[in-house]
Amino acid sequence: MYVAVKGGECAIENAHAWLAEERRGDTNVAELSLAQIREQLSLAVNRVMAEGSLYDRDLAALAIKQARGDLIEAVFLIRAYRSTLPRFGYSRPVETGEMACDRRISATFKDAPGGQVLGPTFDYTHRLLDFKLAADGEVPEAPVSAPREEATPHITEFLQSEDIIEREPASDAVPGDLTREPMSFPADRAVRLQSLTRGDEGFILGMAYSTQRGYARNHAFVGELRIGKVPVEMDIPELGFAIEIGEVELTECETVNQFKGSKTVPPQFTRGYGLVFGQSERKSIAMALVDRALRWEELGEDNVGAAAQDEEFVLSHADNIQATGFLEHIKLPHYVDFQSELELVRKLRREAAQLAETLAAKEAAE
Amino acid sequence: MSDYNFAYLDEQTKRMIRRAILKGLAVPGYQVPFASREMPMPYGWGTGGVQVSAAALTPDDTLKVIDQGADDTTNAVSIRKFFEKTAGVATTEETAKASIIQTRHRIPEAELTEDQILVYQVPIPEPLRFLEPRETETRKMHSLQEYGLMHVKLYEDISQHGAIATAYAYPVKVEGRYVMDPSPIPKFDNPKMEMAAIQLFGAGREQRIYAVPPHTQVVSLDFEDYPFEASKADHPCDLCGAEDSYLDEVILDDAGNRMFVCSDTDYCRSRRDAGHTGRLGEEAA
Repeated sequence: MYVAVKGGECAIENAHAWLAEERRGDTNVAELSLAQIREQLSLAVNRVMAEGSLYDRDLAALAIKQARGDLIEAVFLIRAYRSTLPRFGYSRPVETGEMACDRRISATFKDAPGGQVLGPTFDYTHRLLDFKLAADGEVPEAPVSAPREEATPHITEFLQSEDIIEREPASDAVPGDLTREPMSFPADRAVRLQSLTRGDEGFILGMAYSTQRGYARNHAFVGELRIGKVPVEMDIPELGFAIEIGEVELTECETVNQFKGSKTVPPQFTRGYGLVFGQSERKSIAMALVDRALRWEELGEDNVGAAAQDEEFVLSHADNIQATGFLEHIKLPHYVDFQSELELVRKLRREAAQLAETLAAKEAAE
Repeated sequence: MSDYNFAYLDEQTKRMIRRAILKGLAVPGYQVPFASREMPMPYGWGTGGVQVSAAALTPDDTLKVIDQGADDTTNAVSIRKFFEKTAGVATTEETAKASIIQTRHRIPEAELTEDQILVYQVPIPEPLRFLEPRETETRKMHSLQEYGLMHVKLYEDISQHGAIATAYAYPVKVEGRYVMDPSPIPKFDNPKMEMAAIQLFGAGREQRIYAVPPHTQVVSLDFEDYPFEASKADHPCDLCGAEDSYLDEVILDDAGNRMFVCSDTDYCRSRRDAGHTGRLGEEAA
């Protein structure tokens, strides 16, 4: 006999206890430390920082541990924590041109001031499972050389001196902040870039890939990809000048894209831009491609109806915390609504059956 | 966990939400954009309602939380616990004793009073969304009162099914101006929306708040020859015998036996306490 179910509270508590046990796994296996996650799963940490919009490796490591390695869940933990933090102010724009680069490559020039620096990349590894790692993760020390002395200017600067690439219009306007103001469309480029940099890596990747396969292709060359640390400075009102408050690791990608030009503008290359926390190459390249695709209108291009050109479509669906929340909420109880549908479908079927009967009777009579 | 501000959100954020609520009350049915925050529960679990409740709660309030009409559904329990922990407010399951009621998918059966606020959790605030997915378009349609598309949709329902095939989230027009999504309540609840209490709607993921002030006209869209009909399962409640309440259908066995019970658990309990009994009431007690 059905008795109205009580005990949701108890069920929730028990579920949480079980979850905690599952998270820990076999207790005969040593527990993961946050330092281990931070140091040895650093690309996962980077992704959580980028999509969580909070630069803190230790918190990201904690989130990954708590989330059992589910990175979207970890991003969610970071976002929820982030929204409780007071905001003291805004930093000055970081100077990526002065980045201490661990990696810096250009696909458009064989060499350039600052050089091609491969850095720690998977690019030319052969993807063979390294069974030695299963037994022993110790690695020989990598060779060391002194850092290059010369400056590493942006590759696009060389193109700009020739005026062969569009100039980024300088502006002192304060960019919008999508965590403080509701998103509205059309969104300006600053807000679009904010949305893309915290957007889901898989979604941005898929959108970028679609442009490469011909859905609003924009002929992107990786003018430059650089990864490294930049200092973060903040103006301190009491002091009257800016001081360095820390440094962040960033990945920056600038693409050089084709542009046909017009009657008034001679042919000129255009730009796509990607900037992401941590070493996040795939994400920053993808971001630059999607940024470029979304710029069709300001560059006077045709809207070919491709998904990646559709600002409202891209920005409304890039956030994995929003997406996974709404997707997964359909597992919550919906029996009130389902009941109303049930009644409606039963009624419509009854009426349809009656109608069929009436018609059959009429036919028989004729 | 360290201490959080009263009702979790910081005062600055609550002020921002209150401004949106006041604007919503001033323009009934209009969707006010607000800078929704990430809450510690997922989008889709009622983050909009939770933010509105957090902004509306005072330490003297008594809170009731229902989901599917029931106080004991898991998510209602979870949200109630959240406010017990972060706001320390009194909570109740009794509709009449609550000053703020947060709900998902139902309006309580008992008539609400002017001392009460009903906060709805809203998944998709835009009633025109599934006719036109673009916000840029739908906002234009609202500002021009361009609701023809909605009437065409209802008309097409009739021509195809012989009836308007919308059973929940049935669109309404508020005070003769804005077409509004009443949130996914069954259409049975629509007529109750002309009430004495304040109705606030929060959509967290979609960053919208809207409101219906007390005693505001709320009309379910229909046609003269196909008038709106608030429907429910054609049974009395098997526990309390109520004939006027919205019912959940429960599958009893694999022989096709069903029972129907009030979806509003507090309403059902109070009726049984008062001595009313339904078909299966004795056995269940």
